Amino acid sequence: MSVLLIAEHNNKEIKPFTLNASTAASQIDNDVHAVIIGHNCDEAAKALSELPLIKKVIQVEAAHYENFVAENFAPVIVKLAENYSHIISSANTFGKNLMPRIAAALDTSQISDIIKVISSDTFLRPIYAGNAFATVKSKDSKKCVTIRPTSFDPCESSGGSAPIEKTDPGEEFSKTKFIKREEVKSDRPELGTARVVVSGGRGMQSGDNFKLITSLADKLNAAIGASRAAVDAGYISNDHQVGQTGKVVVPDLYIAVGISGAIQHLAGMKESKVIVAINKDGEAPIFSVADYGLEADLFEAVPQFLEELNKLNTIQK
Amino acid sequence: MKILVAVKRVIDYNVQIRVKEDNTGVVTDNVKMSTNPPDDNAIEEAVKIKEAGKATEVIAVSIGEEKAQETVRKALAVGADRGILVKTDGVIEPLAVSKLLQKIVEKEKPDLVFMGKQAIDDDCNQTGQMLSALLNWPQATFASKIEIKDGKLEVTREIDEGLETIEINIPAIVTCDLRLNEPRYASLPNIMKAKKKPIEQLNASDLGVDINPRIEQIKVEEPPKRKAGIKVSSVAELVQKLKNEAKVI
Repeated sequence: MSVLLIAEHNNKEIKPFTLNASTAASQIDNDVHAVIIGHNCDEAAKALSELPLIKKVIQVEAAHYENFVAENFAPVIVKLAENYSHIISSANTFGKNLMPRIAAALDTSQISDIIKVISSDTFLRPIYAGNAFATVKSKDSKKCVTIRPTSFDPCESSGGSAPIEKTDPGEEFSKTKFIKREEVKSDRPELGTARVVVSGGRGMQSGDNFKLITSLADKLNAAIGASRAAVDAGYISNDHQVGQTGKVVVPDLYIAVGISGAIQHLAGMKESKVIVAINKDGEAPIFSVADYGLEADLFEAVPQFLEELNKLNTIQK
Repeated sequence: MKILVAVKRVIDYNVQIRVKEDNTGVVTDNVKMSTNPPDDNAIEEAVKIKEAGKATEVIAVSIGEEKAQETVRKALAVGADRGILVKTDGVIEPLAVSKLLQKIVEKEKPDLVFMGKQAIDDDCNQTGQMLSALLNWPQATFASKIEIKDGKLEVTREIDEGLETIEINIPAIVTCDLRLNEPRYASLPNIMKAKKKPIEQLNASDLGVDINPRIEQIKVEEPPKRKAGIKVSSVAELVQKLKNEAKVI
């Protein structure tokens, strides 16, 4: 039996995490098919067909699929599911919203947010904000699995030419209406996939002071992150939150500025390759995960950091 | 309007959990337990809606061992009118929880069901969406703002890209984000009053649904430890280390 991957896209392009999810799907079984549900999404479907790991693309089009409403998507996938042993998606807000609706309809106990495929029915997943790892085995005949994108490398995005098969859409679920989406547009790298992340916490003291984080991020071509405390205080918008209930990031370099390091924040960043912490409280828990800790007032240290970076001949991008 | 709120008893969010030596799970004996944090937001929102005169009754339901009664009692102390405890032993997966909640919904006929978006113990993030699929109701997950408008809800959802607003018909399921509101603390008089509020006890086995685990937990381990880092004495040293030792800038 084959694996069905649910592609995430914006009707024009496939979202980067679809590449990570494809890698995870291919580790379960070689025969990976991908379903793309949307409106006027031919370009995205074509891009999907070019992933060498994908053997077939199923495209489902209708106006009511334009805004990715889970109540509209789930029945389409449930119908396709009879031909597949596994249904896979990313464990981001798209997949988290959608997959349980599919799993319940299939009477399957979903396995969320896996970080490793051990075999086709056994997976590793973090629990308790990543403070324990559970090895779990599904006894259901059909498996619904969401994958933690940052735990799988993105697959190649070109060179493939899978056939694209169009399937009839399902009915619209009339009780849910999409109204609007306020996306924060930015020229910066995406938080989830950036090589460098600079994050600010409650220690920033105001939204205005986040300019320091922005300057440092500009210099390092980094994405901007934040602790929940900083988001709750209104210093920065929710899409920047790193942690157990925010985003999980695994950059090459994570710089935590004015972040104390609550368990819930560490859950979102402690797998980063190199961690730097700048905090004036030498006892802050963030130092327990930092490779390089600097006990200093961030309002002095960050400007100095910028000066030191200016002295370098080259900075990796 | 009647609002049912599901609350879960979990290890307190401030506790540093420990993995059992035999790798069968995490240590829960003599560990502080609390309400799952976003479930507190769910109760708070329901109580606020009732206080605004838009709901007539708030019912708190928990599924778990006998001690989960404390979690229901806490919800009563911050304003829920009555409680339901569905008693179970052992592991209960989100699919089973949603089937049990479906039975409670069929019996109580609430207009809205609220719960936290995710439990901080198993981090599954499934139950609300599953319940809404079983009932074929609309779902609004990760809610950070809820407005009641002409028998419908307008909900702002926190998504990876920013914020999304949807309109859903009632009856509906809403899973709550931590930013939805600021949960209140229970006052001592209200804690005393809550002791007199009724909690109906049911046995999960009497509700006629299959709640056997479908997932076998093979082992639970400590995650690999990061090796200890160093403290640097100046920004100049930090930048030098990042450039020449870690080679990341």
